[in-house]
Amino acid sequence: MNFLLSLSKRIDAFSEWMGRWVAWLVLFAVLISAANASMRKAFNMSSNGFLEIQWYLFAAVFLLASGYTLLRQEHVKIDVISGRFSKRTQIWIDIIGICVFLLPFTFMITKLALPLVINAYVTQEVSSNAGGLIRWPVFALLPLGMLALAIQAVSELIKRIAFLQGLVPDPTKKQGSKTAEEELAEFLLQKEVAAREATQMGAAK
Amino acid sequence: MNEFLIANMAPIMFASLIVFLLFGYAVTFSLAACGLFFGFVAVELGVIQPAFLQSLPLRIFGIMQNDTLLAIPFFTFMGLILERSGMAEDLLDTIGQLFGPIRGGLAYAVILVGAMLAATTGVVAASVISMGLISLPIMLRYGYDRRVASGVIAASGTLAQIIPPSLVLIVLADQLGKSVGDLYKGAFIPGFVLTGLYILYIVALSIFYPQSVPALPAEARTIREKDGTSGLRSLLILVILSTAAAIGFAKWRPATVALDELIVTSMCVGVGLAFVAAVVNRVTKMGLLSNMAERVTFVMIPPLALIFLVLGTIFLGIATPTEGGAMGAVGALVMAIARGRIDLKLMRQAMDSTMKLSCFVLFILIGATVFSLAFQGVDGPKWVEHLLSSLPGGQLGFLIVVNIMVFLLAFFLDFFELAFIIVPLIAPVAEKLGIDLVWFGVLLAVNMQTSFMHPPFGFALFYLRSVAPNEDYVDRVTKKPTKRVTIEQIYWGAVPFVLIQIVMVGLIITFPGLVSSGLTKDPTVDADTVMRQLQTDSQQRTDDKAAAEKANAGTADEKEDPMARMLESMKEEQSKKP
Repeated sequence: MNFLLSLSKRIDAFSEWMGRWVAWLVLFAVLISAANASMRKAFNMSSNGFLEIQWYLFAAVFLLASGYTLLRQEHVKIDVISGRFSKRTQIWIDIIGICVFLLPFTFMITKLALPLVINAYVTQEVSSNAGGLIRWPVFALLPLGMLALAIQAVSELIKRIAFLQGLVPDPTKKQGSKTAEEELAEFLLQKEVAAREATQMGAAK
Repeated sequence: MNEFLIANMAPIMFASLIVFLLFGYAVTFSLAACGLFFGFVAVELGVIQPAFLQSLPLRIFGIMQNDTLLAIPFFTFMGLILERSGMAEDLLDTIGQLFGPIRGGLAYAVILVGAMLAATTGVVAASVISMGLISLPIMLRYGYDRRVASGVIAASGTLAQIIPPSLVLIVLADQLGKSVGDLYKGAFIPGFVLTGLYILYIVALSIFYPQSVPALPAEARTIREKDGTSGLRSLLILVILSTAAAIGFAKWRPATVALDELIVTSMCVGVGLAFVAAVVNRVTKMGLLSNMAERVTFVMIPPLALIFLVLGTIFLGIATPTEGGAMGAVGALVMAIARGRIDLKLMRQAMDSTMKLSCFVLFILIGATVFSLAFQGVDGPKWVEHLLSSLPGGQLGFLIVVNIMVFLLAFFLDFFELAFIIVPLIAPVAEKLGIDLVWFGVLLAVNMQTSFMHPPFGFALFYLRSVAPNEDYVDRVTKKPTKRVTIEQIYWGAVPFVLIQIVMVGLIITFPGLVSSGLTKDPTVDADTVMRQLQTDSQQRTDDKAAAEKANAGTADEKEDPMARMLESMKEEQSKKP
């Protein structure tokens, strides 16, 4: 079990690392898209390559981040019923979900997609648009994304089994604990306090 | 046994989906698992060919190539940057001070700022959190009814879901196979009518339950002239001047210019004039404008610039809706950097949240695609069509049943799930029944807006809960002990607004012209009538004294019908954008 837990730690660290770097692609996609629109209007210039790179980046963002998103427990669940069960039952639901729903899904998609990716690579398929990009790298993102998802799922599975054995704390608690909304609220509150102090200082003078 | 299975595959599959979802594992994978499982069963039973499932990766590649869906990360990112830029706080502070001294004024300010933020971004969280932090304490301080205060904040935040550019509309446009621009145009009038209805509700409260929405004492307004006057007259003159400039420009343009382009360009002229006046006033210190007029102009410029960047470029045909989102995101980023409100850490947070949201949404879509592929294989859509088109009452019966269904499902599913699972099932039936899909999309969007306000899962209520005072506290201005806001108060506060939402759904069904005619053809938005209305309105106001005139604006309107009120508030809002 110790070996498995250290494996799980490594997988988590890998997904974390992935998430950190893939996030930058969001910014790139935004900048490229805004530039595309402005260039087209201002200089009447437009490049299919640059139009296509937008969705290449987007596909990379949501597929490569799949493991990270699973790690952060961002996939919504309908817990109307399961929310009433005990923690252990909920963990069992997760374990069944991972083994019966998630892993077969990643396996099936990979199995179905791989031949297409290989075919695109062998034939060096290129976009039908003039100046378009080569296709296989973006097609390859799908099996890669499934792989990232599958290995993170294995890590989640290990953590849940370890929890049932009493080896680790509750893995379903969201890591980094704060949601984006809580972070924002805190941030705004800080600004508010700072502004208040500034006015009080002004009044004191 | 097998024959029974084969004959009833679709209903069995649909029932299983509900079981799979209620099992409580992630929606995405439950959907996909249900699809794959029944795909295999169907292959085994010989209902579908094995090759059928081979098209699955092709469909997923299709999702990856979908330009429209790219708008999801762009608008999310824009919203996240914007909420950290301080724009909402400035707006709330200034508009709150402007309206505060009239009865229900803070509530009007919240609704108007909510609508304005809604027109800049497509996500709910931003406005609810800012308003909960800035406006809620002030409302509690001056004795607003807690339910009204929290309800109006949560509801105004959800306006972001219906007023373009909204994520809901983008996703729906994609699922319905219609252009995002058409849905945007269609949603404008309903969005403003809804804003008008919210305002009307507060007007009614201020008449029948005045103690629930008290006016603020005059001291609460800190933006004033050196001699202590409010400086409203100057603001009024500025508003009239810039409206006149805008309308004058619109008149001067040849009649062949498309209406949406005309609206965008003449608004730019009006706003530009006010901005130049305010800048000249600030630089030369001539004192032509009061402090209030200058402040209002300056806080209005950033959101209006963003609205132009996003919606203006879309309607002028410069950018696609997706690119509009990217332009808005860059604009918000520039604004946040210029104000020194963003650093690397916040940037990372925003990118991280955007990435997680995109991933979870797109995976739901992938899951739903797996499901729907198998469901098509077993002739599911035919079964749904048969079920829904055999309803009594034809079109109307269908609409009523669908809306009730969506309303109820919205208690359990969020709008992404509704849009990806339910909409593909009902849209073909709607089309067969001769329903305009753009109109249908806007109708669904208004309905799904309630999913943000329903107790106990509504996101807007969650967000508000996370920022509303959780413990009894001592107010920092009045030094009075103040009670905390309970979750029951938040829930009950949302109820009237959910009802308004249902009324709005009814209105759209009764008066389809609210949507389908769109912005380009709708005769009700004739600039002339609005102009005349506005002139008489402002005439009234100039005659009155500065203090009385504001109170008038709130009460004089309640005799008019909602439509006129809406048009007026819409125009008022526009003209206030100096």
